[in-house]
Amino acid sequence: MGRTYAEYVANPRRLAVVASAMALGLASAAISTAHATTNPQDLVLDGGPISATDSMSVQLEADLYLPRTTPAPAVVLAHGFGGSKESVATEAEYLVDRGFVVLAYSARGFGSSTGQISMNSPDFEIADASTLIDYLATQDAVTQDAPGDPRVGFAGGSYGGALSLMVAGYDDRVDAISADITWNDLQTSLFSQSVIDSNVTGVFKQLWSGLFFSAGLTTNDGQVTDCGRFAPDWCAAYSTAAADGVLTEQARLLMAQSSPASITNRISIPTLLGGGQSDSLFPLAQVNANAEQIAANNPNVKVVWHAGGHDGGVNESERLRELNAQWFQAHLASGPPIDDSFEVSLVEASAFGGQANAGVALLSRPTYPGLFGESQRAIQIAGPPQQVLAPAGGVPAAISSLPGAGGLAGLAGGLLALPLPNQSATFATEPLTESVQIIGSSTITVDIASETPTQNVTLFASLRIIGGTERPILPQGLVAPVLLENIGPTPTTVAIELPAIVADVAAGERLAVVVGTTDQAYRMPPGPAVYSIALATDNLTVPITPMSATASGMPVWLWPLIALIVSVLIAVLVLLLRPRNTKAAARSDLADVPIAVEGLAKHFKGGVHAVNDVTFQVPRGVVLGLLGPNGAGKTTTMRMVMGLIYPTGGNAYVFGQPVFPGAATLAHIGSFIEGPGFLPHLSGRENLRLYWEASGRESSDPKLDYVLDIAGLGSAIDRKVRTYSQGMRQRLGIAQAMLGMPDVLVLDEPTNGLDPPQIREMRQVLHDYAATGRTVVISSHLLSEVEQTCSHVVVMHHGALIAQGTVTELLAGRTGVRLEDVFMEIVGEGHEVVTS
Amino acid sequence: MSAPTLEYSRQGTLGIRVELIRQIKRRRTLVAFLLVIALPLIVVAAVKFGPSSDDGGGGGGDGGGFGDGNFDLVGLATSGGWNFALTMLLFSSGFLLVIIAAMFMGDTVASEASWSTLRYLLVAPVPRRRLLRTKAIVGLILTAIVLLTLVVASWAIGAIAFGTGPLASPFGGALTQAESAQRLSIVATYIAITLLFPAGLAFLMSVLTDVPLGAVGTAVVVVIVLNILDAIDALGTLRRFLPGDYGTAWVDALNPTIVWDQMAVGLAYNLMAFAILIGIAVLRFDRKDITS
Repeated sequence: MGRTYAEYVANPRRLAVVASAMALGLASAAISTAHATTNPQDLVLDGGPISATDSMSVQLEADLYLPRTTPAPAVVLAHGFGGSKESVATEAEYLVDRGFVVLAYSARGFGSSTGQISMNSPDFEIADASTLIDYLATQDAVTQDAPGDPRVGFAGGSYGGALSLMVAGYDDRVDAISADITWNDLQTSLFSQSVIDSNVTGVFKQLWSGLFFSAGLTTNDGQVTDCGRFAPDWCAAYSTAAADGVLTEQARLLMAQSSPASITNRISIPTLLGGGQSDSLFPLAQVNANAEQIAANNPNVKVVWHAGGHDGGVNESERLRELNAQWFQAHLASGPPIDDSFEVSLVEASAFGGQANAGVALLSRPTYPGLFGESQRAIQIAGPPQQVLAPAGGVPAAISSLPGAGGLAGLAGGLLALPLPNQSATFATEPLTESVQIIGSSTITVDIASETPTQNVTLFASLRIIGGTERPILPQGLVAPVLLENIGPTPTTVAIELPAIVADVAAGERLAVVVGTTDQAYRMPPGPAVYSIALATDNLTVPITPMSATASGMPVWLWPLIALIVSVLIAVLVLLLRPRNTKAAARSDLADVPIAVEGLAKHFKGGVHAVNDVTFQVPRGVVLGLLGPNGAGKTTTMRMVMGLIYPTGGNAYVFGQPVFPGAATLAHIGSFIEGPGFLPHLSGRENLRLYWEASGRESSDPKLDYVLDIAGLGSAIDRKVRTYSQGMRQRLGIAQAMLGMPDVLVLDEPTNGLDPPQIREMRQVLHDYAATGRTVVISSHLLSEVEQTCSHVVVMHHGALIAQGTVTELLAGRTGVRLEDVFMEIVGEGHEVVTS
Repeated sequence: MSAPTLEYSRQGTLGIRVELIRQIKRRRTLVAFLLVIALPLIVVAAVKFGPSSDDGGGGGGDGGGFGDGNFDLVGLATSGGWNFALTMLLFSSGFLLVIIAAMFMGDTVASEASWSTLRYLLVAPVPRRRLLRTKAIVGLILTAIVLLTLVVASWAIGAIAFGTGPLASPFGGALTQAESAQRLSIVATYIAITLLFPAGLAFLMSVLTDVPLGAVGTAVVVVIVLNILDAIDALGTLRRFLPGDYGTAWVDALNPTIVWDQMAVGLAYNLMAFAILIGIAVLRFDRKDITS
């Protein structure tokens, strides 16, 4: 189980790229080398003979990856068809990380390896694999079971998977294998027959075969040839089949030789078999054949039906890569044992998002039930006999799968797989009374007749799920080709094995069997012909296998739970990281002091000392002016007093309580700082009302009439604030500060934008306010303003407090009679002081 | 004398009702609501009177066709109110709703700063964390109401224009009316959850800057860039850390049986991202000097 499902088969997004090249591994090399973290040793090794007539060795390019500790068991990685050693690099790195020596090589005819493609012939490709084991037997880095017998496993998908099975049958030095999405019998894979117990060669899978073959045509020198790098016998076999749809006896022998079916009875080592539900090339029936044949005398077989496959499906590469590693750790090294339970991925397909978004539920059971389930249930199915047309030349043809188109195949199954008119017969069940989980192949028995005797009747049967609308879902776009010989007017009864699927069919949904005459992926008879198709029995037999959900997938509820826990942890962390606001204790000695500032300092980053060691108290019932030129630190001081800015030193107290952001004691203060702030889309009245309601003092009286009177806006109070002039906003701002008549009023430059009569009025308002025993603090750079309004003054300059006291005190004993002169005297000449 | 008595209650500051009133009268709120009502009307008008309505292609009410192999979204949308509402959600989830969520969450603190009202709220005093809590809750409520309006308006407009046919997926499988309502609710709820990432990011930006447009724009641009990165296959599993990887998981709610896996991961991602972003916003705002 190598790279195949992992990278290019199971990833629909990537498959869009791969599709144009070839699904079996061309494009992945470029992608995987990008992930390379370890540098493998680049080797050229001698392989088996070039051909039956030339015993010279082919030259195989290989990469040897060494783990940190050696000796270690080795795993040989075989690539998919069209790939090379590079296309398994991701797998190689994964296994090296898990402690294995990994030998990735390009099979003969691929990459830079020489030789011609013989499709895993025992004489050539399998002989090559044995020479690789010979090489590993000479390496000190590889654990040796016996001289010449290294501890080695083989893994691969598709072409590489078949090689793993074949080498396990031919070389008893192999200790464990993992083979994914590969064939059991090349003939029944490419000439598909779904009639049970038929010995008629099946319908030629021409599209897949063509893609397969063309992937081997590319020569290293870019020459166009009809056989490319294929050995002549394989080239001839393909050409005959593709040209005439005929399987020659020689081709039959070649394919039999290259099929694991020939040696499955010899495989006695632990075998991990992967099958893809989305695989019309090597469907689950091929994987099932390998599993049943090997398990006949080997107890150590594990089967996994994953959601990928050659047609795309759902990318489960990570899970499977890990399973692969665990498999080899358990069987080659001393890793924990791994059970042989049967694992099935149930795709919970996404209607809109396609399969890229599909969820996968992992189901398991201890024993492998085979293709037809542990038991079978007959569901009644009905429908009249129907006439169907096999059109001349087989066109137009239904499109069920799009080989090589990867992710689009699922789309085809969903959208394009509509039965063409007149070309199909449909038989449907009643809506199911209870849900059914189908894991495996259903069977149906039909009668086929033709008015004119026909040699070669080709039909395609499919099982569809019909939901609420009449548009049926064709699971994975899989159809079962049927080839019948010698059909005449007398009905011939045939039992058909429908494609193996994994699906939940809900109660209320119906199952339908559609038998059509065309499918573009297959070779069809030249026709035209008309057949009649009727139910032979009214039973659709579906496989029933009780499965249990495994715990290896993460349960859905776990995610929200994790998110919840993380969120709660973040919330707790945020709560713990709440700033510690009460560094300073409450001061009972300041309980009567409206505002006290002690050693307050603010040093901004970059060394600017906005405020430096300022200490003052504002006594109760006074109008105090905080005076200083622009930039003196007045506003910064006020912001610190209001808890807007964190001081870098000292404390501010309001009625003895230390100030911090959100401190309740701030509710004592009504403030107007650096201009008004209102919601422009609301009226002045609404602004005041909402501010009051947001202030946490709703239970007390806002004294709205009083403050509206102070604002003096008249009817404009009901206009939106964005229509106000600067002066109106200013007055509304002061009114907002006075809402509820707080004990302390802090006003920063309150007279900006007011005209002289309004200033005079304001002065009176503040006097009256202080007369009620309340306290007013005004900051201003206008000296005359402070002189006329305030009884006390604090003078700041360059962030420092340079004078404080009553206005009278400051004026006493000075030469000037105005505060301006005093101020000039204190700060010295040369400072710009604005006077009004 | 001692300190005067104080009638102040922390719990009384900036309640959700007050903040809702403060926000709801804003013009941008009105515009957001008008947009999500206008969108379905425009689409209905385009389908009914547009040039493609009479070519018979996807306009029929049969659940949508798939002519030319293209996904005929509009054809599907016109099969009834449920599908129409779903399609409107699909149209708007990637961009319009992201912008609206970013607007409500990104503008909320920064605009207060730009109006100078932030400092007045803080000195009221509204405790800083309480302010953020109220602002975030109101932002989320408004976003949710807009989303709900989009769904309800689309459903009603779609039902009037195209009837009340049940939810039908292009893959077949129509649902009952009750199931349709349930599925649409799940889709809408999941889309609301995926908006948590842009919402949280915008809220953080709102705290970091005083420019409302900067906060909203940054969040939207970051989400768009992350979605572009998500489209780059080469990033591989790194994309799991991008929000866009979970943006479309709601389609799983339209399956015959709902698949929760991707949605559960998406929920977890968005919830954790939101918690982290809001957590950073709170810690930053705690320690910020308010100079606006």
